[in-house]
Amino acid sequence: MDSYIDIKVRVWRQAGPKAQGHFETYDLKHVFQGASFLEMIDILNEQLIAEHKDPVTYDHDCREGICGMCSMYVNGHPHGPDSAITTCQLHMRKFKDGETITVEPWRSRAFPVIKDLMVDRGAYDKIMQAGGFVSVNTGGVPDANAIPIPKPVADEAMDAASCIGCGACAAACKNGSAMLFVAAKVSQLALLPQGKVEAAARAKAMVAKMDELGFGNCTNTGACAAECPKSVSLANIARLNREFIGAKFKD
Amino acid sequence: MAKKEEILDAAKKAAEVIKEKVEKVAERAEVKEAVEAVTEAAKKAGKAAVAAAEEIMAPAEDPKAEAAPKAAPKKETKVITPKDAKIPEGPLELKWTNYKNHQKLVNPANKRRLDIIVVGTGLAGASAAASLAEMGFNVLNFCIQDSPRRAHSIAAQGGINAAKNYQNDGDSVYRLYYDTIKGGDYRAREANVYRLAEVSNNIIDQCVAQGVPFAREYGGLLDNRSFGGAQVSRTFYAKGQTGQQLLLGAYSALSRQIGKGKVKMYTRYEMLDIVMIKDENGEPRARGIIARNLVTGRIERFFAHAVVVGSGGYGNTFFLSTNAMASNGSAAMQMYRHGALFANPCYAQIHPTCIPKHGDFQSKLTLMSESLRNDGRIWVPKKLEDAKRLQAGEIKGRDIPEEDRDYYLERRYPAFGNLVPRDVASRAAKERCDKGYGVNNTGLAVFLDFSEAIQRLGKDVVAQKYGNLFQMYEKIVDENPYENPMMIFPAIHYTMGGIWVDYELQTSVKGLFCIGEANFSDHGANRLGASALMQGLADGYFVLPYTIQNYLSDQIGVPRMSTDLPEFAEAEKRVQDKIDKLMAIQGKRSVDSIHKELGLIMWDFVGMGRTAEGLKEGIAKIDAIKKEFWTNVYIPGEANALNNELEKALRLADFIEIGRLMAVDALHREESCGGHFREEYQTPEGEALRQDDKFSYVGCWKYMGEDQEPQLIKEPLDYEFTERKTRNYKN
Repeated sequence: MDSYIDIKVRVWRQAGPKAQGHFETYDLKHVFQGASFLEMIDILNEQLIAEHKDPVTYDHDCREGICGMCSMYVNGHPHGPDSAITTCQLHMRKFKDGETITVEPWRSRAFPVIKDLMVDRGAYDKIMQAGGFVSVNTGGVPDANAIPIPKPVADEAMDAASCIGCGACAAACKNGSAMLFVAAKVSQLALLPQGKVEAAARAKAMVAKMDELGFGNCTNTGACAAECPKSVSLANIARLNREFIGAKFKD
Repeated sequence: MAKKEEILDAAKKAAEVIKEKVEKVAERAEVKEAVEAVTEAAKKAGKAAVAAAEEIMAPAEDPKAEAAPKAAPKKETKVITPKDAKIPEGPLELKWTNYKNHQKLVNPANKRRLDIIVVGTGLAGASAAASLAEMGFNVLNFCIQDSPRRAHSIAAQGGINAAKNYQNDGDSVYRLYYDTIKGGDYRAREANVYRLAEVSNNIIDQCVAQGVPFAREYGGLLDNRSFGGAQVSRTFYAKGQTGQQLLLGAYSALSRQIGKGKVKMYTRYEMLDIVMIKDENGEPRARGIIARNLVTGRIERFFAHAVVVGSGGYGNTFFLSTNAMASNGSAAMQMYRHGALFANPCYAQIHPTCIPKHGDFQSKLTLMSESLRNDGRIWVPKKLEDAKRLQAGEIKGRDIPEEDRDYYLERRYPAFGNLVPRDVASRAAKERCDKGYGVNNTGLAVFLDFSEAIQRLGKDVVAQKYGNLFQMYEKIVDENPYENPMMIFPAIHYTMGGIWVDYELQTSVKGLFCIGEANFSDHGANRLGASALMQGLADGYFVLPYTIQNYLSDQIGVPRMSTDLPEFAEAEKRVQDKIDKLMAIQGKRSVDSIHKELGLIMWDFVGMGRTAEGLKEGIAKIDAIKKEFWTNVYIPGEANALNNELEKALRLADFIEIGRLMAVDALHREESCGGHFREEYQTPEGEALRQDDKFSYVGCWKYMGEDQEPQLIKEPLDYEFTERKTRNYKN
């Protein structure tokens, strides 16, 4: 049964991209365990506003685990200690009375801090712009049932497509690699006949952009898949590598 | 003889004058019959006609007294005709074809010279931005999130409707049109809805071509599921994440155009005003926007030949809704303040199956798919003392014996039972909770029970069908729904009302277009499940990219304008003044605390069951909130820096105005239809009672100035092709 707990929240505060950051610890009394983690931050912010202090800046939007906006490193894990969830789906019943909870932004070279817990994930958009699409214009496409696709293939593509672009994979990776993110998109489109046409060129373009933007290399540690809120599989990275090597051989 | 002819001539002239005058009045007073009558009279010219005309002449100055006794002459109610709404001529199924065949186009070389601003990157915004850029226009696209992929369309679960008839179950464009019109309780425009049904099939083709992984059958062809309000299976889906996959499809297309440099993307930017510049005839046209860079706090100016707004709905007026935290109605209010009409603001959809609120800290309500009602049975205790003990936490739902349970939907609606439409199920839950039978610690929840389904089908089958939803419920509520019934409660989910647009999706302001949930849409007074995604993408992919050309074709000679023009400076100053005013209040209350208070008022007085008395009280309370907000809000930090509280305050200022507009519209609409339920207008059995003779029109509100009452303008809905019926779910 949920009850009320007293906690200490140790939050990363950083005034701006170039400012020196530091941890600040706040006492929070009587927090209901039924509250979500972000609602706890809301409560903290209301407290800070009442004291005329600067509230903690953080990204959040849908609060149901699908928009990929929330991006907190809680007690050393992207999206916190529970598995297969985003921060907004984490609840305070995962924490004990008297506990000190450490909250940090994504720590990754390619995701610079904007303020406090908010980071710039524009690099993911840029990778998408480099090739994360099928080159078709609106209109003039064939009937949706013109090309049958085996159900297992469609299902596998769907699993890869469930990536929410939150950045937890790169944040979890000791190398700061974006391989799982890139692999998920490359896989989704390479599996489907509609995307197969450009599969090799797409893999090359997206990987090149990823390297250019300062993401690290993949050394197959698997932290990304372990921390992914949507459980996107490492198998996608193997598929990306196949597409990529194939493309290089053709060159 | 000659004299006779003279008289005849004079009579004809007199009749013409009368006709003209009456027509002018008729335009205002909605008395077409009067025009017809006088025209008839004029035809029977002659001596008698002269006399008659002379007689009519006098009252012609004030024919309203006779023809439209109810029309208040002071207010000068204007009427929007089908011609004003640019509804094309011809039979229903040929209107869109006719339009496309005869509309004006812009040639490729000229497209390059035209800039279009698109505000929003949801299904409507992203698909429009991508499609316009593919065609060759220069697009400037804005979103408040850190990436266009995060717009709230992403959270749609169920699916998207289309009239493909892949299941061979008798579906057709006409049937999809009919279901949508009927589901909207006959309060939508026939021509628009038919077009929506027509282009629905193109959407599915487009999405598949983009690589959207729709669910498939073992033969490799696309699968469909059935949804509320239809007798056919026409809903395409991608797991429980259809909105996500469709949005990512549109986002991919958009990304491709950003990569090509045809779309300039502005993330973390919020539009704060529209810039109007008069053309050579003195007519104001939308020529740009003022937007705030949310990271730096800088106010910036942007020019374009046309502005398209796809900023979503205004459900967050209620604070608690299934919308995302940043979803807001401010873009709509900016259009409204520039003269765009706000249509049917009172039509809001309340979804019956959401996880109930359990504390004041609650920030949003999570939707549970409607599909749960296929096997779950909804009930509350029969005895008040049981409800009290449940509320106190002394017992659990499973402790209450079968005979003490009230399956109120099955009791009230034997034919449809737990599968009544959203509005009916929501109101029935409220009715029980109002009487004290609610089951949460707040008393604001009902049970959704799967114990019978588990007995009948086995736990494994239930887990297969609903496992992910049960898991989601358990994560949030910390209770196992296999063992104890789930608790659910209605929540605001979607707003059918919005900015009025004509057939071309242009607002009443020239050069200003509105698409997706933000416009007053094709859903009438109630939206069917899986139709929001359809409308957003229809507008963005297949309608706006055509219709906007009809506007832009005569704009090709308009050069790009400098943002140093005084109109831009004035608009920027208005924005800056408003921000300064807010920052200077330095009161005692946080933005959220005031927003939560507004939400409670909305829920209590402008929610599921509305009364004239309650709405009047609600309006008074909203006025008080407005005063409280503008005198006692506290915004920390600086205006010219990243400041979430300032962003929220700017949005709340508009939510307060929208809330009032919703109440005013709800008060004027003396009938019950779709999502709008006035308790005074119900059948003896408690069902919604439409008043087609009086309210078969779109209620459009015109902004008359700060703190002035808005003016009502009506667009009559003459059902030319479809017969209106009463919805019935009992037998």
